[in-house]
Amino acid sequence: MSRLPALVSLLAVAGVLAALPFLLSSYNISLAAQVGIFFIAVLGLNILTGYTGQISIGHGAFMAIGGYTTAVLSRDHDTNLVVTMLAAFAICFVFGVLVGLPALRLSGVYLALVTFALAISVPQLPLKWSSFLGGRDGVQASRTVSHLWLYAVAWSAAAILFVLAWLILRGRVGRAFRAVRDSEIAAVASGIELPVYKTLAFGISAAYAGVAGSLFVLATNGFAAPDEFAVVLSLELLIGAAVAGLGSLWGILAGAAFVGLLPAVSSSVPVIGSDHGRDVVFGAAVVLVMLLLPGGFAGLLARLRQLARA
Amino acid sequence: MATAESSPRPSFPGRGSALGGISPVSVLLVAVAAALLVGCLRSETFAQLTVEGLALGAVYGSLALALVLVYRATRIVNFAQGELAMATTYIAWQLIQWGLSYWEAFFATLGIAFVLGTLLEVVLIRPVLHRSAIAAVIVTVGLFILIDGAVTWIWGGSFKFMPSPFGTKIYHVGGVAIARLYLGMLAVVLVSVVLVWALFRFTKIGLGMRAAALRPAEAALVGIRVDRMLAVGWGLAAVLGAVAGLMAEPSQFLLEPTLMQPILVYAFAAAVLGGLESPAGAVVGGLAIGVSLSLIVQYVPAISSELQLPFAFAVLIVVLLIKPSGLFGRREVRRV
Amino acid sequence: MSALLELEDVEARYGPVHALHGISLAVEEGTIVAVLGPNGAGKTTTLRAVSGMVRRSGRIVFGGSPIERLGPAAVSRLGVAHVPEGRGTFSELTVWENLRLGAYARRGSIDSELERVFSYFPWLSQRRKQDAGTLSGGEQQMLALARAFLQRPRLLLLDEPSLGLAPVLVAELFRIVRELNEQEGLTVLLVEQNAHLALQAAQAGYVLEAGRVTLAGTSDELQADDSVRRSYLGY
Repeated sequence: MSRLPALVSLLAVAGVLAALPFLLSSYNISLAAQVGIFFIAVLGLNILTGYTGQISIGHGAFMAIGGYTTAVLSRDHDTNLVVTMLAAFAICFVFGVLVGLPALRLSGVYLALVTFALAISVPQLPLKWSSFLGGRDGVQASRTVSHLWLYAVAWSAAAILFVLAWLILRGRVGRAFRAVRDSEIAAVASGIELPVYKTLAFGISAAYAGVAGSLFVLATNGFAAPDEFAVVLSLELLIGAAVAGLGSLWGILAGAAFVGLLPAVSSSVPVIGSDHGRDVVFGAAVVLVMLLLPGGFAGLLARLRQLARA
Repeated sequence: MATAESSPRPSFPGRGSALGGISPVSVLLVAVAAALLVGCLRSETFAQLTVEGLALGAVYGSLALALVLVYRATRIVNFAQGELAMATTYIAWQLIQWGLSYWEAFFATLGIAFVLGTLLEVVLIRPVLHRSAIAAVIVTVGLFILIDGAVTWIWGGSFKFMPSPFGTKIYHVGGVAIARLYLGMLAVVLVSVVLVWALFRFTKIGLGMRAAALRPAEAALVGIRVDRMLAVGWGLAAVLGAVAGLMAEPSQFLLEPTLMQPILVYAFAAAVLGGLESPAGAVVGGLAIGVSLSLIVQYVPAISSELQLPFAFAVLIVVLLIKPSGLFGRREVRRV
Repeated sequence: MSALLELEDVEARYGPVHALHGISLAVEEGTIVAVLGPNGAGKTTTLRAVSGMVRRSGRIVFGGSPIERLGPAAVSRLGVAHVPEGRGTFSELTVWENLRLGAYARRGSIDSELERVFSYFPWLSQRRKQDAGTLSGGEQQMLALARAFLQRPRLLLLDEPSLGLAPVLVAELFRIVRELNEQEGLTVLLVEQNAHLALQAAQAGYVLEAGRVTLAGTSDELQADDSVRRSYLGY
């Protein structure tokens, strides 16, 4: 990204985001907030997969951890909600590193399937420790928030985390990440400590997912329950990251919008209607998008840029 | 720092490579089998649970084998394998509603599954696979969601009653009550697996499929149409999945859209446990998971049924930490 | 006598890298034609262009039909057997299975062919159950040749058969190739580093350098040519 056009597009995005609350109905504001939440999560996943090439289908588990952190802290200590988000960030970073360490031994498909296992198992854990974690009934935060609050906090967090990601990725760490993705062997040969950076990437992406999870719980009336974090969530994150493609801010926005808006929009499609029609439309959309744009939105942009240059 | 290509994949199944020789894993398996046998002889409950575990494990193994077939052919994981199996089970139910007998519906469904599997590969996977493997995987994820929605839309989400082909007869062998149901499940799955194995081992097309999966470029040089082989592989995988779905059903009696979801999860675990490249590993992995879950839920009170899934994966993760490419998998040496 | 195989202005590339810059050659039916040249000249690519393993443009005509748009399986079924560099044997399968694959595209009984194969390679019939990967390099090369023969091809593309083999085995290999050519009428397009052996076996040859044909002629002409003698024959 060269300087000026990037800055201009960023300001444009910021401007649109600031204006939206005045233009949209309350329901649509909540949808826009949801896009913001997915933006954060997909951004984090992008750091992991796009930059260090490790595939995770388990980030829903980290969202669950973040979400439960917020709910429990709020229920037990009435903690300020933004503070709980910071706590979620920190706690999920630690868990991310903990997962990233054994993940070092696994490659490709095996890693993907093990993280898939995580996505399924972790949300089941509250069922066991029901006294603390609420069991099937879940944990209720001590307060709820308005759609507007959610929108503002979600996109502010998204902006902050985006800047954070940008700072990380343009520096030494980012170069190391890219080196790892392109060739692990070459990276080690040039002295990069592989385990450190791969684990770091896991931690960061998990932290981002944790914040997204906090906001996710707040978006659902402050209620954290196992059913909220079913496997489908991790799959949606994966889809979001794939639709986004690699290496483009706009791609991440597109990916987040795809998984944040499409399911909601699909349920209002006439003829089919109902939840199941929603799955049919969403599933079909995913299949179509992947068939037409295997490189995701970022791939499409890259091709358009090539055409523009020619 | 040593780097090397991954060693050649073992041929189907356990052909002198995966199970040949006295490997530590084989010894472990024999020991476990012996322990199981002893347990069965000493306790009736144990024996019953083992049979039940084996029957369920055979179902997991069948679906796991489908996953392995697809992986060996196209190097991707088909996330929709379970849902496809569920859909074909619904088709069987529908055929029975329309008047076919159980076994007529069974075999018709297998045929339909084969067609669906090959169509899937040709229409939805092949165009994408060339460009991006991850995109192909996402297509299967999209299909997972799509099929789930479509089945619920067509047939509704309420339970359907599916007649069990094995009846409710219970045999008594030396004080142990063994339901004919479980024996039937085991038999059907094992026969299917053996038939597929025989296809690969003894027929020309099976050889062609093995060659296409092992070395596609060299296979083309002898005139094998590799693309077609891959499509057939997907078709066979769908058939194995259909068998898993049809046999999963009798154990639960009620057909509903989430039928295969936990089974898919156990099948993933079985496939990874056995090593994604190893068909034998998938079947053994499935049986192992089935038996372990059955016994552990009974004998280890701390692991209640809610913790079955997390427990299975805890074990899986431990195994992978020790042997990162599964019990029978070949290690990709990339020590860096 | 029109050529069994004709290449006209054939270009080939690996991604953005061009390996062949418009080569033309012809192989008469029933002959052995050698392709010589230094490493990286495009010799292997030439064979791959014929069998369809690489992106190519230009005209390639085999037995009167254009094949430049066909993939490897289709070309193979037309009667072209390609023994690639590194032999292309399936080391995970048995000797028998490898042979069986040679006859994959053919219908009907292969018993008579098998008899002939075992007459050329008698030791193969004792090693049927062995995994091909456990054979020595020379034996694998023989296996590859046997498999190619089972395809009953009209044209054999042979890529660097002598690579990594002891001289005794190489001599044996070339003897068999010549016999296949003389007895069975097999046309052979041979890529070979060992120019001496290649020109002794072949009736005609081409010299390739940096993706272009620099010299062509009968093997006698090539053996007498000064530049060939200096660069490839060592005297």
